[in-house]
Amino acid sequence: MSVITINGVSKSFGDVAAVDNAHLEVASGEIVALLGPSGCGKTTLLRLLAGFEEPDEGQISLNGQTVASAEKSVAPEERHVGMVFQDYALFPHLTMSENVGYGIPRAERELRVPAVLAVVGLCGLGERYPNELSGGQQQRVALARALAPGPKVILLDEPWSNIDPLLRTSMRDELARVLRAIGVTVVLVTHDREEAFSLADRIALMHDGEIVQSGVPEDLYHTPSTRWAAAFVGPANFVPGYVANGHVETPLGKFPLRTPHERAHVDVLIRPETLALEPDPGGSAQVVRREFRGHDVFYGLELDDGTALVSQRPSTESARLGDRVRLCAHEAPVTVFSST
Amino acid sequence: MSSLSSLSEALHGWSKRLRGGALMGTAALVVAITLLPIGYLIVRVIQGGTDAWSVLTRPGTVDVLLSTGALVVGVVLCAIAIGVPLAWLVTRTDLPGRRIVAVLAALPIVIPSYVAALALLGAFGPRGLLQQALAGPFGVERIPEIFGFPGALLALTLSTYPYVFLLCAAAMRSADPGLEEASRSLGRSARSTFFHVTLPMLRPAIGAASLLAVLYVLSDFGAVALMQYDSLTRAIYLQYLSLFDRTPAAVLGLVLVVLTALVLFAENRSHGGRTRFRVGPGAGRAPRRVPLGRWRTPALIFSWTMIGFFLFVPLAVLGYWLQRTLARSEPLEVAWNALGTSVAIAAAAAAVALLASLPVALVARRRRSGAGAFLERAAYTPNALPGIVIALALVFFAVRYGGPIYQTVILLLIAYVIRFLPQALAGSSTALQTINPRVEEAARSLGRRPLRVAATVTLPLARSGMLAGATLVFLSTLKELPATLLLRPIGFDTLATEVWKFTEVGAYSRAALPALLLIAVAAPFVWFLSGRRGAALGSPG
Repeated sequence: MSVITINGVSKSFGDVAAVDNAHLEVASGEIVALLGPSGCGKTTLLRLLAGFEEPDEGQISLNGQTVASAEKSVAPEERHVGMVFQDYALFPHLTMSENVGYGIPRAERELRVPAVLAVVGLCGLGERYPNELSGGQQQRVALARALAPGPKVILLDEPWSNIDPLLRTSMRDELARVLRAIGVTVVLVTHDREEAFSLADRIALMHDGEIVQSGVPEDLYHTPSTRWAAAFVGPANFVPGYVANGHVETPLGKFPLRTPHERAHVDVLIRPETLALEPDPGGSAQVVRREFRGHDVFYGLELDDGTALVSQRPSTESARLGDRVRLCAHEAPVTVFSST
Repeated sequence: MSSLSSLSEALHGWSKRLRGGALMGTAALVVAITLLPIGYLIVRVIQGGTDAWSVLTRPGTVDVLLSTGALVVGVVLCAIAIGVPLAWLVTRTDLPGRRIVAVLAALPIVIPSYVAALALLGAFGPRGLLQQALAGPFGVERIPEIFGFPGALLALTLSTYPYVFLLCAAAMRSADPGLEEASRSLGRSARSTFFHVTLPMLRPAIGAASLLAVLYVLSDFGAVALMQYDSLTRAIYLQYLSLFDRTPAAVLGLVLVVLTALVLFAENRSHGGRTRFRVGPGAGRAPRRVPLGRWRTPALIFSWTMIGFFLFVPLAVLGYWLQRTLARSEPLEVAWNALGTSVAIAAAAAAVALLASLPVALVARRRRSGAGAFLERAAYTPNALPGIVIALALVFFAVRYGGPIYQTVILLLIAYVIRFLPQALAGSSTALQTINPRVEEAARSLGRRPLRVAATVTLPLARSGMLAGATLVFLSTLKELPATLLLRPIGFDTLATEVWKFTEVGAYSRAALPALLLIAVAAPFVWFLSGRRGAALGSPG
């Protein structure tokens, strides 16, 4: 059963359509990421869920109850939705314990606050004020505060944008562990695809106010619904091809189609890690750029007709800048787009 | 069922609009009350028609305008001549004892202009200390007249130069020494660098401080009245006292408003130029101090002469006259009663002004454009209304429409609130705008209703800013003189009116105690505020 149902929701600010006819269902215990570039409307959608904005059109239901429609809007305080803000929005005049205890009845605070602080690994820091904590600790307090009243749904707005990049991965893992242990339903807003991939059960990809695609991370990566989506979720090569008999012919070889396509002239999505290369003086491409990244190497390639491609190889293999190389793409089913 | 739900939906929308409308309505009411008296004053003048025009064009009016202009120019020049060098000496040179000089040079800021006038009269006036000292051994009966221009100039210089000093010192402290170093590395001498880099960087600060001084002098009543100098405010007061025809007072009042508005307009324009000077955060280094060398002694003499003349002499004079009173064991209760009255009315004005500022601040915070912005800007109008004009407008208005509150404390309180609403608003509006709206949203999502959120989150966070605004109103009310004189009920004496009453008749010894009490009550609050908003303290008596 879905805990969150977003049905045809639109929201405009002046002339700008921040969210345009959005549909989304989130099942109980699921972690869903709203992924998109800044300004795509993902934060607005989150704020609509929390009740800080009211939709112009469409309905939002939480736990089967309609909380927002064009006619009525349930106040944020009556939605029982926990929110972790991008800047955490901790109450600067309250201690950590008081922050966490803010949303729960006075009588329960004594027992519940230390328990929740323990869940996020912050025992013994309860008497400090927000400005005395590191960014990571503040984030955990913000999470503890949102979890304390025991909401069914937690909303996270760009939770790692203020965290030191070196700490992000470990904090991400820890947050995922905490959220999954509790079994709470989570909607998370991020512009970082790796964050979305590693954390979310499902991703809703947003562009210009619309949800352009939603699905599990693998589907988004391998079968993006649009050329824009393909490029947004990862580096991509678009190789011209010709469709015939359920296959597509390209300069890199012949590939089976993942789904039938009605047009003859198409662009084929080839992810850089599926494009192998081997030094060969008689090869069809030349290495024009080379970025060593530790665990792998990024190659910029140029075909004789001027087509630019990228390839990602393990750093154990090696081609040098200026080498001629022979290209070899995996012969797996491919996704194609009508050529522009 | 469907009609029921549509009814509830209609009610929902209606109650939401009602809540927004109630706040907007309250804010509009506050602003309307603020602007009503001055609007009425304008109407009266227009109704005066040819009478008003003849007042405006008669020679006496021109004389008053010229006197006012001369005083403004004189005070500003003196304030700059004293404030800028002092600021440079304490921030950029190796002047010995510069820390103590920096504190003492700013202290006259707690002395209201009429107390400064009292001290000067007590020292140099007829039967003043100097004349008494000379009368004994030399039999001197008359010393050069202090009344008129010289007295007003000295008293107002005392009250305004601290603003120039504080603003310029702040600018010199925050100026990027890298710019001066760049000038030196480009081959300019220290002297050339001072005139071509340092001084231009100070120009905005000097400009802002001068405008503050101009506004102070334009609206000051106490010093010019006690020194019997015919500037606009005194002319308005005298016209008002003549009682027969109040049109002249109203006309002169409007002239004063126009002058003040012009100055504020000029200040607004000058803000544009100021950003030009605002350079990056700088090197975060203290500027290198200029060794004074052989100029050390003249610099020390200059600094301590100024401090001596503008701080020690007034305090010593007041102390002397106080000791005379105490020695004669004259009754002191009067001053104590006035102290209680002053503190009580100032506290009431602060509380009411703060409350009145809240709806305007809330509306302005919610809508940064349109009606909200308009209301907030309109609420700052009293900044252009000198106390005597507000008092005059209220007298006119109350005589005609407000019979029951005329000659009561309520009318006086209304005058204070109108006059100082901008100060309260600056405090509460700034405080509210620095609160992150996400913090309030967080409270909502944790299950608290809007009113609870306001009580547990918004108010605690805005408290210190609001307190600063209210403190400013308290201080300004404490030393307010012209509106108090015009509007107070009979028998209502504040410290300010006590100082005024006794100084006016030359009873310096009896004026000293209320004057010193005034300074003693105000000083700690000025200290509290000085760290926050030094420049906002300028309201004359």
